[in-house]
Amino acid sequence: MGLKSNLHNLKEKYKGTKMAPAFNAIHTFLYLPNETTHGGTHIKAADDLKRTMNTVIMALVPCLIFGIFNAGYQHYAAVDAAAGVIREASLFGNFLTWDNFVVGAWTVLPLVIVSYGVGLIVEFIFAVIKGHEVEEGYLVTGMLVPLIVPVDIPLWMLAVAVIFGVVIGKEVFGGTGMNILNPALTIRAFLFFAYPTWMSGDKVWVHEAVERAGTADAISGETILGAYAQNSSLAGIDYMDMFFGYIPGSVGETSKLLIIIGALFLIFTKVGSWRIIVSTLIGALTMGLIFNGVVDAGWIGESSKFYGLMNVPFWQHLIIGSILFGAVYMATDPVTASQTNKGKWIYGFLIGFISIMIRVFNPAYPEGVFLAILLMNVFAPTIDHYVIQGNVKRRMKRLKVKTA
Amino acid sequence: MSNDIKIKKGLDIKLVGEADKVTENAIISNFYSIRPEDFHQVIPKLAAKEGEKVKAGQPVFYDKSNEAVKFVSPVSGEIIEIARGEKRRILSVKIQADKEQSYHDFGKLDVTSAKAEDIKARLLESGCWAFIKQRPYDVIANPEGQPKAIFISAYASAPLAADLDYVLQGKEAELQAAVTALSKLTAGLVHVSVGKNGNSPLAGLSDITLHNVSGPHPSGNVGTQINKIDPVNKGEVVWTVNAQDLVIIGELLLTGKFNAERIVALVGSSVKKPRYFKTKLGSEIATMVYDNGVDKDGNDRIISGNVLTGKQVKPDGYLDYYSNTITVIPEGDDYEFFGWNKPVFNKVSTSRALTFSWLTPNKKFDLNTNTNGEHRAFVTTGTYEEVFPLDIYPMQILKACMYKDLDEMEALGMYEVAPEDFALTEFVCVSKQPHQKIIREGLDLMLKEIG
Repeated sequence: MGLKSNLHNLKEKYKGTKMAPAFNAIHTFLYLPNETTHGGTHIKAADDLKRTMNTVIMALVPCLIFGIFNAGYQHYAAVDAAAGVIREASLFGNFLTWDNFVVGAWTVLPLVIVSYGVGLIVEFIFAVIKGHEVEEGYLVTGMLVPLIVPVDIPLWMLAVAVIFGVVIGKEVFGGTGMNILNPALTIRAFLFFAYPTWMSGDKVWVHEAVERAGTADAISGETILGAYAQNSSLAGIDYMDMFFGYIPGSVGETSKLLIIIGALFLIFTKVGSWRIIVSTLIGALTMGLIFNGVVDAGWIGESSKFYGLMNVPFWQHLIIGSILFGAVYMATDPVTASQTNKGKWIYGFLIGFISIMIRVFNPAYPEGVFLAILLMNVFAPTIDHYVIQGNVKRRMKRLKVKTA
Repeated sequence: MSNDIKIKKGLDIKLVGEADKVTENAIISNFYSIRPEDFHQVIPKLAAKEGEKVKAGQPVFYDKSNEAVKFVSPVSGEIIEIARGEKRRILSVKIQADKEQSYHDFGKLDVTSAKAEDIKARLLESGCWAFIKQRPYDVIANPEGQPKAIFISAYASAPLAADLDYVLQGKEAELQAAVTALSKLTAGLVHVSVGKNGNSPLAGLSDITLHNVSGPHPSGNVGTQINKIDPVNKGEVVWTVNAQDLVIIGELLLTGKFNAERIVALVGSSVKKPRYFKTKLGSEIATMVYDNGVDKDGNDRIISGNVLTGKQVKPDGYLDYYSNTITVIPEGDDYEFFGWNKPVFNKVSTSRALTFSWLTPNKKFDLNTNTNGEHRAFVTTGTYEEVFPLDIYPMQILKACMYKDLDEMEALGMYEVAPEDFALTEFVCVSKQPHQKIIREGLDLMLKEIG
């Protein structure tokens, strides 16, 4: 009783003041508000936006924990590799170890803290200035951001990018629900174009690879995609490693198994759109098959710089890079995706299709998923427009049949 | 001839407090009140002054923009108070009932031989026109208009709604007279929809086209049925009448008296013994809710109507002109610790985001009036479509109403909808947006701009 009534009194005290949204954000985090219905329906369903967002976060937590261990594992694996020892990954043998966790936590948790800290401060400031409640959109964005950046990204860059992403990507459009571009991907795009050396190449994907570059202790920090793009491959990594995620990459996007579990959870809870997830994968496979066909037909020789990635069997595209992560957690963002069911199929398919196309044709930066999703974010309203026109035309036709 | 309408999209909200099938006579109300706000878009012009005596069926006020449409007193008595609000807007007309009721005699009308004009004139002068509504705009029908069809839903699918099969029992003669009369007012058909598994007294009537509906709410909403049977196009008008109001219309035609009697269900989890009452339009709520009903000092909400579309009334309030249900549910004005992320078993949800109502599809829930969250911008997509059976894009039409794009509203199907069609989408809305209000304001805007 004590806390509840104290908070209630504080809420009444702050009502109407500038700081009310900031206080309410914390209050409603602890307690479901005492608001009752007025006009309209007298009862409401149990779900609110906080619950929806929380579901997505729950689906992301396994990826984050895996990412922490993987950051440590990749660091030590690369150190071993530099010394000439190629590691065999095994979950309990050398993956879930205290050493891995310490290195991982030390590099990943600061990313999480900076992402949430900076992002939420911006959100609170805007809520106070504009006098609306703090919306929950950033809860998911703040979780996504650390998972889609390289481990060693300097924290100040991340902070700058978060501010840019939240302000330009979301708040200028009117906040959560109004934005055109996915804020998490806007942040990533900003990092990519502002600090490209920290976002791509063969150094940034493993902890300390950049610092050790050029020294005697140099380690490799390359991803599988990067290797394929240069018509080579990484030693000691097989398909199961790619599937389970014992590979270098952005923090949280390597474990395909956990992403699939997250996807199933999102689909089961009806929070994520299965239409978008499935159609994105179909789109990716289609493009992969087309490229395989091109290679089989002999149109592209082994000397071509596109050969490496074109020759990747189509299904393998799903377990390398971040296409799966993008399909499950990024493309499904309801605000920036298509909003009609039919539109979702088209939208997802094109994301998958374009992702693989960019992946193959852009060897300098072989991961095209975030660009593909941002591109389709822009076209999503157009897709919806044509889907809705179908409904409108049906209505017009009905009228014509009547009058004729 | 009967046709089947099967609704797949929708949601049955099962609540505690369904009415037992017993009917009591409610304590006779001393006061009755007619409130112009029940009749949307009607600007009332008084026909009787304070202190004047009226008989049951005599006009109290009429519509300023259409003087033929009259609103009559449900009882005989004296007008004791005309409550006014801002700008002298009439809020309610209060009538003290006589001990001995007397009715204004309109004279019998043989519906099988009567002409359309006579029927129309009789309905207008007797105040029964108020029961006929029209789409587009969900307002009282324009008597000059010619509807392409008339729709009557005799199937109530809303949560805890009065069972129409039960309350209309034995009223076949009145119902028949009313539908025969209505069938003369339209060039098209009179569509009557009954529950597929029900035993509706309307199923055996003549002069109608019968439809059997099945499936979850809103299958019983007349709007859903119109959309499936014969949707409204631009420039067309359909009329709708509540099945229960047919009884009053029928009795008027058969006996010449306006008898405002109606059977009302008292339901909801706060009611000790939910059951049916025989009462009259506009009577005091207090005559029904306290006897074996709710606690006097309970923290409850009394709703004239069902939980989705009804109006909140105070304990000293009055029964709505169109309602046949009074619902009483607990208020939810309390905080819930970590209510937004803990698993929920005792509330209804269409998602499975740690909400477990999907595990118990037959459980009856005891819901309160808490919003379960704060108002937000539209975020999630695809949720409304699951409970919205009309061939319309619900979120897009709501947004079109909000930014007041008349062309888009028209193209997306505003002529077909009424606020009640958006009650379920409002219930499931994660962002807690007031859908019915948005649609109502959109319709009002269209009525004003396009007419």
